[in-house]
Amino acid sequence: MRRVGRFLARYWVMAVGLAVLAYMAAPVVVVLLLSFNQPANRSTTFLLDDGIHWTLNNWTDICGGSETICPALSTSIQVGLISTLIATVLGTLIAFALVRHRFFGRGASNVLIFLPMATPEIVMGSSLLALFVSAGVPTGFGTIVIAHVMFCISFVVVTVKARLAGMDPRLQEAAMDLYATPFATFRQVTLPLVMPGIVAAALLSFSLSFDDYIITTFNSGNVVTFPLFVWGANQRGIPPQVNAIASAMFLIAFVFVAIGQIRNARRARRAATS
Amino acid sequence: MTVPTQPTGGHAGDLELSAVTKRFGAFTAVDQLSLTVPEGSFFALLGASGCGKTTTLRMVAGLEEPTAGTVVLGGRDITRVRPYARPVNTVFQSYALFPHMTIAENVGFGLKQKRVGRKEIADRVREMLALVELTGFDHRRPAQLSGGQQQRVALARALINRPQVLLLDEPLGALDLKLRRQMQIELKRIQTEVGITFVHVTHDQEEAMTMADTVAVMNAGRIEQLGAPTEIYEFPTTAFVANFLGQSNLLTASVTGANGGDVLVEAYGKRFAVPAGRCRVSDGSAYLGVRPEKLHVAVDSATVPGSHIHVPGEITDSSYVGVSTQYLVRAPWGEELSVFAPNSGTEGPLQPGAHVSLHWHPSHSFLLARDNEVAEPVLEAA
Repeated sequence: MRRVGRFLARYWVMAVGLAVLAYMAAPVVVVLLLSFNQPANRSTTFLLDDGIHWTLNNWTDICGGSETICPALSTSIQVGLISTLIATVLGTLIAFALVRHRFFGRGASNVLIFLPMATPEIVMGSSLLALFVSAGVPTGFGTIVIAHVMFCISFVVVTVKARLAGMDPRLQEAAMDLYATPFATFRQVTLPLVMPGIVAAALLSFSLSFDDYIITTFNSGNVVTFPLFVWGANQRGIPPQVNAIASAMFLIAFVFVAIGQIRNARRARRAATS
Repeated sequence: MTVPTQPTGGHAGDLELSAVTKRFGAFTAVDQLSLTVPEGSFFALLGASGCGKTTTLRMVAGLEEPTAGTVVLGGRDITRVRPYARPVNTVFQSYALFPHMTIAENVGFGLKQKRVGRKEIADRVREMLALVELTGFDHRRPAQLSGGQQQRVALARALINRPQVLLLDEPLGALDLKLRRQMQIELKRIQTEVGITFVHVTHDQEEAMTMADTVAVMNAGRIEQLGAPTEIYEFPTTAFVANFLGQSNLLTASVTGANGGDVLVEAYGKRFAVPAGRCRVSDGSAYLGVRPEKLHVAVDSATVPGSHIHVPGEITDSSYVGVSTQYLVRAPWGEELSVFAPNSGTEGPLQPGAHVSLHWHPSHSFLLARDNEVAEPVLEAA
């Protein structure tokens, strides 16, 4: 019995683990494969019944699938960068205020910040549209950015707050005690220590913004972001270049994560070999 | 707002606190505290946790602003001066080393803020790391160092700035006993070497006594007694001090009169004469105190020297601790007195149940005022 238990522990757990990993990786692998496939006709993009027709065309001619594919991609990247920048700066400031200061309405602000995360996107999107329409604001690029900043801020605040709360307040006191002015303390001690949290928040913001469909579709006017384009194209058959773009996004994200992991591992090893 | 230097302050670099009070809401952490720390001295603030010693230190560092009173350093009022503008540095209890900087960057932090040249910073960091015996650790990070090493980095980081006063907030609290003893000697050596005023906050009475020139015993936001370690130990001013620093046998007594240079005391129907120089009171109710190591046990009452005071007793407990044997001896009135007898080999340890004679020299006892409320020190688990 004991040996069976050990066998299970050694191989069964590993087998289940591999199965779960395969389950999660399968869609990514399919997309990656499809990015190298030349579909026979537009309507059969997702059918592999006649095998993969290997090609690099989707990668070399990434904008070629449609006249609007690259403008849509560029719009999404622009929206992502702008809303990430605004949300990260505002969210970081809010996180500092909530952790470091005691002020009237602090508890209420803490709750309100969570609200966009808890509200269904469909509700948020439609109510935002109602707001823009009744205020007479024409929907378009600007309203997309406003909407994205709104839901990204919550995630930034939560991420940065966690990092700040775990920081020893004595570090700031020590810096002040060692002749650092409040500004110097912030720049040399507080900011570098909170930076990993801010970077994580920014990456999260960008992927949330890049990915968003529901809220965007209400507030986009006639501007087309990448998710909107894919959704629209899906009605007629998705051009194979979308698979190449999706694969590229995945690979970029993978490289970021890998770099982070390698750096952490190296730091841990350096700490261990002292 | 300038405060004239007190007539007692002899040196230019003295640290003077005058009537300093700090309240947190309704709680008074430090209450009308006044003291002078002479330039170049090793000064210990000793007390249990919550007595206000750390708050006092933080007010000197500028991390806490006094509710009332003034802090004067070297004749300059620094009560409202921001922490980064004070010529004072702190070694924090948790060390508070910057985790994202190397040891060299940590130690050089203060000089960098003062815009000292890169070359000079490098030289002084090397010098400082040599002083705390951490040469070659420049490029490590705090997380790669042991507790004792981190402690020395914290010390180096503060000392490199050559502050007028170095504040130490329980700097040895996190170290194990052996390392702590080692660092006590080390700290004392460094203080003698650099000649900077050290203000050391601790709850460890042994630490305060072995290191400091002057000890201030604090209780409930006030100073109970201030003086040299020997003076505080041999002749405490209050029952709190007598019990906080080491142990004391305190007998409830009352003063009955005076006879020449002696104060006459009655306790439990017995009469004692205590030299007037050993008395903090001259009338009313009092405590007659004797330290356990000043009490002697004699099996045969005929061997008690004539000049000694003696009472009979019965040993109720005996514990052998190597260098000495600690006895509990029950006096005729039921109170148990604590006795430390050195194991000098002249007589073997006595067993519980033995009838003995307890005796001590009158000048080894002391007489303290007894208030209605008994001041029992709250001892803190170290």
